[in-house]
Amino acid sequence: MQSMTGAKALMTAMEKEGVKEVFGLPGGANLPMYDEFARCDIRHILVRHEQSAAHMADGFGRVSRKPGVCFATSGPGATNILTGIATAQADSAPMVAVTGQVPVPMIGRDAFQESDIIGMANPVVKYAYQPRDAAEIPEVVKKGFFIAETGRPGPVLIDIPKDVQTNEAEMSFPNEFKIRGYHPWTDPDMVNVQKAIEMLLHAQRPIILAGGGTIISSAFAELQAVAELLMIPVVTTFKGKGAFPENHPLSLGPIGMHGHAEANKIMTEADCVLAIGTRFSDRSVGTFEDFESRLKIIHMDVDPAEIGKNQTTMVAVVGDVRASLRIMVKMLMQRAIKKTDETVWIKHVKEIKAYWKENLKIHPGEMGAAKILRKLREILPHESIITTEVGQHQMWASLFYDVIQPGTFFSSTGLGTMGWGFPASIGAKVAKPDVPVVDIAGDGSFNMTENSLATAVLEDIPVIVFLLNNFTLGMVAQWQRTFYDRRMIGVDQGRCPDYVKLAESYGAQGIRAESMDELERAIKTALSSDVATVIDIPIDPEEDVLPFVAPGTPLKDMILPS
Amino acid sequence: MIMWAILSILVENKPGILFKVTHLFRSRNFNIDSISVGVTENPEYSRMTITTVGDEKQVDQIVKQLDKMIDTVEVRRLDEHKTVYRELCIFKIRLSNASDSMEVNKLANAYGGKVHDVKKDSIMVELTATPDQIRAFEELARQFGIIDVARTGVAALQRSGA
Ligand SMILES: Cc1ncc(C[n+]2csc(CCOP(=O)(O)OP(=O)(O)O)c2C)c(N)n1
Repeated sequence: MQSMTGAKALMTAMEKEGVKEVFGLPGGANLPMYDEFARCDIRHILVRHEQSAAHMADGFGRVSRKPGVCFATSGPGATNILTGIATAQADSAPMVAVTGQVPVPMIGRDAFQESDIIGMANPVVKYAYQPRDAAEIPEVVKKGFFIAETGRPGPVLIDIPKDVQTNEAEMSFPNEFKIRGYHPWTDPDMVNVQKAIEMLLHAQRPIILAGGGTIISSAFAELQAVAELLMIPVVTTFKGKGAFPENHPLSLGPIGMHGHAEANKIMTEADCVLAIGTRFSDRSVGTFEDFESRLKIIHMDVDPAEIGKNQTTMVAVVGDVRASLRIMVKMLMQRAIKKTDETVWIKHVKEIKAYWKENLKIHPGEMGAAKILRKLREILPHESIITTEVGQHQMWASLFYDVIQPGTFFSSTGLGTMGWGFPASIGAKVAKPDVPVVDIAGDGSFNMTENSLATAVLEDIPVIVFLLNNFTLGMVAQWQRTFYDRRMIGVDQGRCPDYVKLAESYGAQGIRAESMDELERAIKTALSSDVATVIDIPIDPEEDVLPFVAPGTPLKDMILPS
Repeated sequence: MIMWAILSILVENKPGILFKVTHLFRSRNFNIDSISVGVTENPEYSRMTITTVGDEKQVDQIVKQLDKMIDTVEVRRLDEHKTVYRELCIFKIRLSNASDSMEVNKLANAYGGKVHDVKKDSIMVELTATPDQIRAFEELARQFGIIDVARTGVAALQRSGA
């Protein structure tokens, strides 16, 4: 037992959790916590908007698989991080958000900068705490980190009233604790893994659908082993992109609204699917009815509530997907199952893949999206980390940037939050300072959080913004061209701002690339620079993302480039 | 097939949990038919009894989503044939004719109810019964005119050995 303030206890408890960096912005209600930065080893990284602090913590969390931490003050500081919390929740990213709150006696009196952040955040957090007594803080932090990173990860909010930060109490820092209603681990389900194997062995046209859960649990080697032992082609969801090396002969890439043509085609022909760590989002499956009606579904997921939520399954394996796949591999090895022969199915899969590799029409211009992203892939080392913003550029990245080292591609896939990618790339770079980190961006999205350039420059976090600049809110423009008879409303961004000057005004490097040669040079310059770089790549505002599966239609109806 | 389900939810007895449970129903597009809450014999826990309607898949999802909540310690769907479940209900009924008072008394008796607050032109009946019985009583009471009703929502416990 030691006597200390709540604020000191918070920092001590976070140090015990291994926290080295906090992303945040101070204000009246969290000043006692901020004052503790002067007396501890945790680095504070100042942001220019609290939403970005949350996205940075999110990016950090996805890459390191440890909760990223963000701080905000009460009222507007707290409401500013809500979008970031909701984004992390939608993509199951581990995060701990700490907000200041007005003192306990002021709560409920509409005090200055009081907002009921616990009430507002409830539907978008995994859990939320509001300690009312300083002595609760050590245990709240311990439990908060545990909840954020175990089972299906997610954001935890800790809202601390100012008097609770300043009050002194006798603190003990427990290692043991009990959360009665939380059981993140279950024993691996041998019986159902066995059933799954039988189903896959008996299927004529089996397929593996790897979702984001495969990446969260790092089940890369296990997934590859299962695919290779059973000779089953692998598609992914968009969130699962890069769960499986995209240059592998069995890889077909992401399915869905802007899935790869070969992936959507083969998904449509399959008769049995092993779905791993996925919620069967509408963006992935097209229509819920289509999958259910024609596929035997085996579903592996850590979250029992996902089983049967969007799809009726024939076999469900609840538990950490890596553990479940590991058992599957073991059982296959014990039975000496190793398929080598080319089945009719695998031959067909390879033909379809080869056909689309040859025949997918891409933009004819020198600076078409496909060529630009393939160039980026060609130059970037395999271990580089990609984040993306939201829009056409994101879907082009999905189509034309092959992830070769699993677990190096991150995007706001669930909430689709424009402005996520740049701050998330900063968080990712903090987690892995030694690898290049590139945000594949669109101009509209970059506008939303571009002031994070200040953080990247002043905190010396040299990320690369790879800006596919079409001067429009391109994805919306594409929908207006496709579904609204070309009535373009609210999508023209003008030629504003000048991104090279914008970057330079923050002390970052700005490079414009208008030809493939310039692009190649720009990427190489950015990679060898020790300052954040924005590569501004003007592109055709009329280029569409294709293939395209219109919302509410099945994958087989995908619209192809003509 | 749309069915009626009784859910028994043991939760941590902490502030804010009723809000979270009801919020879950709203945000997931589920219905609450009735809800009752009270502390258990162990003051660390409260028991909520929620009745809801939905098809098999929906009810299954509700149970799973409730189970996933960190504040719920145990979530059970009760089989109504193996459960004692009751709701308390108070009716204020209009008395128009001289004979009404006696008629209402008789009706209350038939349902095991008690009468209170007997006035010249109204009477209250307290009834503890299953929702079906309450509905039946309500039908019959309607002939006199129902002025007001207050219901507690169902409370339920599974029978021993069931
Ligand atoms: C915060 C937010 N607001 C609005 C949207 C709707 N939206 C989806 S894509 C898009 C356009 C994105 O434009 P840009 O970042 O320039 O990318 P592009 O599609 O042009 O590649 C918009 C407005 C969104 N996803 N997020």
